[in-house]
Amino acid sequence: MTLPKTLLEVTDLRVAFGSHEVVKGVTFHINAGEKLALVGESGSGKTLTALSLLGLVANARTSGQAMLNGQDLLSMTERQLRGVRGGDAAMIFQEPMTALNPLMTVGKQVAEIFQLKQGLTQYQSAQEAIKLLASTGLAEPAAKANAYPHQLSGGQRQRAMIAMALASAPKLLLADEPTTALDVSLRGQILELLATQQRERGMAVLLITHDLQLVRRFADRVAIMEHGVLVEQGTVAEVFGNPQHPYTQKLLNSRPQRDPLSPVAPPAGAVSPLQAQNLAVSYPVPKPGIRGWFGRGWAVALKGVDFALQPGQTLGVVGESGSGKSTLALAALDLIAFTGDLRVGGQPWAREANANRRQRSHVQVVFQDPFSSLSPRMTVEQIVGEGLDVHAPELSPAQRRERVLAALASVGLLGDGPYDAPSVQAMLQRYPHEFSGGQRQRLAIARALIVEPAVLVLDEPTSALDVTVQRQVLMLLQRLQRERQLSYLLITHDVDVIRAMAHQVLVIKGGEVVERGRVTSVLGAPRHVYTQALLAAAAH
Amino acid sequence: MDNTLAFTPSVSPSRRAWQRFKRNRLGYWSLVVFCVLVGLSLVAELVSNDRPLVVRYQGQWYAPMLHDYPETTFGGDFPTPTDYLDPFIQQKLAEPGNWVLYAPNRYGPKTLNYFAKTPNPSAPTTDNWLGTDDRGRDLLAQLIYGFRVSVLFALALTVCGVALGVLTGAIQGYFGGKTDLAFQRFIEIWGSMPELYLLIIFSALFQPSLALLLVLLSLFGWMGLSDYVRAEFLRNRQMDYVRAARAMGLGHWHIITRHILPNSLTPVVTFLPFRMSAAILALTSLDFLGLGVPPGTPSLGELLSQGKNNIDAWWISLSTFAVLVVTLLLLTFMGDALRDALDPRMVDASNDGGAP
Repeated sequence: MTLPKTLLEVTDLRVAFGSHEVVKGVTFHINAGEKLALVGESGSGKTLTALSLLGLVANARTSGQAMLNGQDLLSMTERQLRGVRGGDAAMIFQEPMTALNPLMTVGKQVAEIFQLKQGLTQYQSAQEAIKLLASTGLAEPAAKANAYPHQLSGGQRQRAMIAMALASAPKLLLADEPTTALDVSLRGQILELLATQQRERGMAVLLITHDLQLVRRFADRVAIMEHGVLVEQGTVAEVFGNPQHPYTQKLLNSRPQRDPLSPVAPPAGAVSPLQAQNLAVSYPVPKPGIRGWFGRGWAVALKGVDFALQPGQTLGVVGESGSGKSTLALAALDLIAFTGDLRVGGQPWAREANANRRQRSHVQVVFQDPFSSLSPRMTVEQIVGEGLDVHAPELSPAQRRERVLAALASVGLLGDGPYDAPSVQAMLQRYPHEFSGGQRQRLAIARALIVEPAVLVLDEPTSALDVTVQRQVLMLLQRLQRERQLSYLLITHDVDVIRAMAHQVLVIKGGEVVERGRVTSVLGAPRHVYTQALLAAAAH
Repeated sequence: MDNTLAFTPSVSPSRRAWQRFKRNRLGYWSLVVFCVLVGLSLVAELVSNDRPLVVRYQGQWYAPMLHDYPETTFGGDFPTPTDYLDPFIQQKLAEPGNWVLYAPNRYGPKTLNYFAKTPNPSAPTTDNWLGTDDRGRDLLAQLIYGFRVSVLFALALTVCGVALGVLTGAIQGYFGGKTDLAFQRFIEIWGSMPELYLLIIFSALFQPSLALLLVLLSLFGWMGLSDYVRAEFLRNRQMDYVRAARAMGLGHWHIITRHILPNSLTPVVTFLPFRMSAAILALTSLDFLGLGVPPGTPSLGELLSQGKNNIDAWWISLSTFAVLVVTLLLLTFMGDALRDALDPRMVDASNDGGAP
């Protein structure tokens, strides 16, 4: 057996913005035809590492060495780098919708590379582009080559972008979170495609990801990055089987877990705090052409869903994007128009403004994106205390502050200090931009809890968070449920989160419930094909 | 992860914008100079006045700035209000034992210098530092008072335009749907009205006055801003924090004023200096055409038109031009700095969150 030839050798790579160093001396290598995964949480500098190899980071100082085929990428001029990009090295990005030119057909975008790099004629390059698109598993490649990016689905777009990257027959492919923006069932397919292409072409792949399952399935070797430093590297079997660094151990140990104290059965004979029968939602959409002037069509987002929450229990709603699960959350909150019977604590949502307002303290919500769910121009005290202005206006300023602090303490944002400590008072006057993603999500939970709701609608509460933070937030939610007998309506695409949190499950597809039941039975023995596919895609 | 936070002072978003604004030296000093100029023009009566500020005459104190005194008070022959530029009166006041504090520039905006040594318009002299216009009024005094009128008018016009624009934009953007559709059509119709033509008609129908001008210009000046505010509202009302506020049961008014409006004001604030300079220019050009302020009001546009009519009296057009250029430049520098300070892409170190 011959010794594998080193393709890329990175030595002491540093990237800094001003005085702020983000990548702090990273050293690794990739052999020809090898699959290396670079793993880390957001802000660890993994994407910057890859971008700086191709000179794609603006306004940053880079130092160190990155030898690709005996040439130092970091000391190349812009002109030389242009030859390397889309030549020996190519890159695929996380979000294909923004990485593809919306005004060019995908066929043209692939063909352009053949024309530029191999000097083919327009006709030849178009033929080559169709062949390449076909090899990435795109159905009807000749027709799809003439489609614009917005006419393709997410998975098709990602295939087209992989075709673009492969067009120059690169020796090294940098894949930056290639599956993160896709639905679970598509992730496996795209990963499969990458693996096949890698095998057939014998190219090396640097996979940048935060998803450990992906690494386990795909990579030969793995490098773990934390705060700009490589803390551990080795073969996947070594690192996953016997992690040395505490951060690696923490990452590997960050799968969502069920709180062992979590109650199993609902109390008997209790009134359901939120209950729906035949809940349906339709959106008006303009009709095409001149008919749109005279009438509107309707797009059905949710067709007749039934459910009933139990006190102190979690109903998980799982489905892919576009399945109508977020619409379900908005309808449950009476934020969009719906038909059907929806009852809050036994009463239908009132249409009269004041009665409707009183009911709103029973059902509160936590959204997915911790950055858009808090107004950037309000302080913590204003954000968390706002519910009291509506539902408990009789409180004195001192009582109000007391309630705000109690809510913050319950989500673990205050630590152990007394309420009158200067650090606590200072925190009330802070603005959301000073908090991390996980802390913001805690703030959002505190804002919801302060009006003492019976039901919390959780719309993908942890999908925007890093895995280690996700675990903490889920533990917090379970503790709060146990202490306050809260009912959760948990919307998610993540089967692991459902497994850890839910008692009952609804599987939803195309606006319809395709399977329902206890979490153990649905996840343990799925009956519907769609549920089986979801579980298979998320399997380890 | 450590969820508790150490004690550090917090900086509000608007405060951070102000700190970024201060870092732009050109913009910051433009603001300082502009404020000083406006401040000076607000107390123009102390700077440029045809009456002395304080007089001590034969052991008695007088305040001619506040009261009218007949000429007989100071030894004159007539019971008419005193003309302090009259050489006879000046001679009386200069007698030993008497004491007079004049304003630095001894002319008001409407003062005719009957005692000028050169014919009108007079080139700059030691009496009239910037010369006089074709009616014998002191140019410096005219510029000071004209600047005051322009800036105050521009301020009022900006305030009215912003109030109307924000209100209409907020209503359209927040409620959307049919409200938005109807308002947009109304704006299209309203915007296609011939503004200048209406001004000419109204200035023929009514007594021309600053108030009338303010109303007419405000009626047509809000549409551009309203579009920006509408777009911001359309974007921000989709944000999760607005949804969360609605789920909390907050009323429309509360959501608009507390949640969406503070996050939608960036284009409004950015445009403020540019709207001011546009308003100054509008008033100046209307005055130039004779459609603006009533005759006799000191005005930069009227001075420009005098400069055009007396092309050889270079001091009129040149000094008016200089005042206009400096004012508009200061406003533009401020606007540039403000735009940079509020640019969301300008991220500074304090913008980073903690560890994720």
